Amino acid sequence: MNNIYRENILEHYKNPLNHEEMADATVDFEDTNPVCGDEIHFWVKIDDDGKIKRATFKGRGCAISQASASMLTETVEGMTVEEVEELGADEIRELLGVPLSPIRLKCALLGLKVLQGALLKYKGEQVNKR
Amino acid sequence: MPSDKKVQGSLNFHKKMAFKICVVAQMDQLSIENIRKDFPILSRKVRNNVPLIYLDNAATTQKPKQVVDAIADYYLRYNANVHRGIHALSEEASEKYEEAHLKVAKFLNAKFQEVIFTKNTTEGLNIVAHGMYDRLERDDEIVVTRMEHHSNIVPFQVLARKTGAKLKFIELDKFETLNLESAEKVITDRTKLVSIPHMSNVLGTINPVKDIVDIAKAHGSLVLLDGAQSVPHLPVDFADLGVDFLAFSGHKMLAPMGIGGLIGKEEVLEDFEPLLYGGEMIKYVDYERATWNDLPWKFEAGTPNVGGGIGLGVAIDYLSNIGMERVHKMERELTKYTMERFSELDFVQIYGPPSEYRGGVVSFNVFNDDGELIHPHDVSTILDEHGIAIRAGHHCAQPLMRAMSIPATNRVSFYIYNNYEEVDKTVEVLKEVKALFS
Repeated sequence: MNNIYRENILEHYKNPLNHEEMADATVDFEDTNPVCGDEIHFWVKIDDDGKIKRATFKGRGCAISQASASMLTETVEGMTVEEVEELGADEIRELLGVPLSPIRLKCALLGLKVLQGALLKYKGEQVNKR
Repeated sequence: MPSDKKVQGSLNFHKKMAFKICVVAQMDQLSIENIRKDFPILSRKVRNNVPLIYLDNAATTQKPKQVVDAIADYYLRYNANVHRGIHALSEEASEKYEEAHLKVAKFLNAKFQEVIFTKNTTEGLNIVAHGMYDRLERDDEIVVTRMEHHSNIVPFQVLARKTGAKLKFIELDKFETLNLESAEKVITDRTKLVSIPHMSNVLGTINPVKDIVDIAKAHGSLVLLDGAQSVPHLPVDFADLGVDFLAFSGHKMLAPMGIGGLIGKEEVLEDFEPLLYGGEMIKYVDYERATWNDLPWKFEAGTPNVGGGIGLGVAIDYLSNIGMERVHKMERELTKYTMERFSELDFVQIYGPPSEYRGGVVSFNVFNDDGELIHPHDVSTILDEHGIAIRAGHHCAQPLMRAMSIPATNRVSFYIYNNYEEVDKTVEVLKEVKALFS
């Protein structure tokens, strides 16, 4: 029973990592899933060689969307922008390690979608600077 | 010695009594457990091999064997297109398809020519919205309510935008019932159409249709009733309600998906523009122009869903056999019991009016020990692991959810085959949900 709600997911949900605004973030981005009303806001600090120095988030929603965002902040630390852009559903499934139905997968992917949105915004800003 | 006449009268009386007793006995046999036997799906196991508890009936109901058999019988024995072939199968199919219209007409107290088969409630609402295009002028008004399903808002938003008409809303009291004073204010002489749901799919509220009809008619407006949640669950009398249109879906009342109905007053339908044009809906066609067929066929262009229509007819037989008063009573008692059981749980909040104002729908949220909302997706996922199927989300009523300042709700909704044990089991799992997230 309670396959989805393994200890680690509930732990991330109840005590999410990096759950705060970041004052000196390079970029931030916010999005919602209108279907269930979940909201996630990501802040990302990117260093000069294009690596994620730190990612933080705040949001509200179901355990899956919030735990997934929490895990992501840990995972992407030290990755390059391009590496994060290549993450997809398979990586998120692996990260959560629980079976996800198509509808719940959308919850799980919200964090990644917002994070990648932030990186897209960052790249746009970089282009405009040039 | 009694006269022959008296003997005959007495015999008739006893025959009638015997018949009555027989009917009562039959009714008793139609207990929930007997009804359940007609629904093979209810005895299947789901997920971790647990029995299915199906509490998502406002979304769609399960189908009894009788309905599925009737559809299979049509496809296996007399499948043919209707209203054209001069051959045995086509005649049989046409006869059964028309008979299904007649069953709907009787069930809802409408005339045969007032019964249009559609694919669902949404199509019915769209037929009305489309027919209103040439009846609206700039600054005319369309009135709906704050408890609307998306299907009863979006077609009228578009209609208003294209015609320059205004879309106005009847307000709610405490997010429970329609505010009739608001209705009196909002409906004016410029109102050309008032569209309300008979029963809210979120709050469960059964609305005072006749009061709204009285107000609308005093201003000469047409009235459209969204019966998606009422026609399957309560006795609905089209003629008595006095509305001009009534839309409903078959799949929410034991029939298959893809069949539903729009009932329209004959005199209104006569000069109402159809939504679809093509075969079947015409009488005389020239290269330049065409004339429309008689009602109801004028509104059923193209090859219709014959099998679905026949299935709907048998679903209506099934419900009529139980009796809609009884269906309503069974559901009301189960809803009352559910609200009582949920009220025992201090971490559960129920939305909508008291049980006497509602049908078999209960929307609610669950909170953890810190008073934080446990997201409905998490609640329904855990219920699902126990085989309990409920709906979680905004129930196609995003504006209402936003007005209530909640992201979503959980919703249990009942039908004739749901029993008290299923509610008890749900209550037990809700306790588990709270514990897990606290």
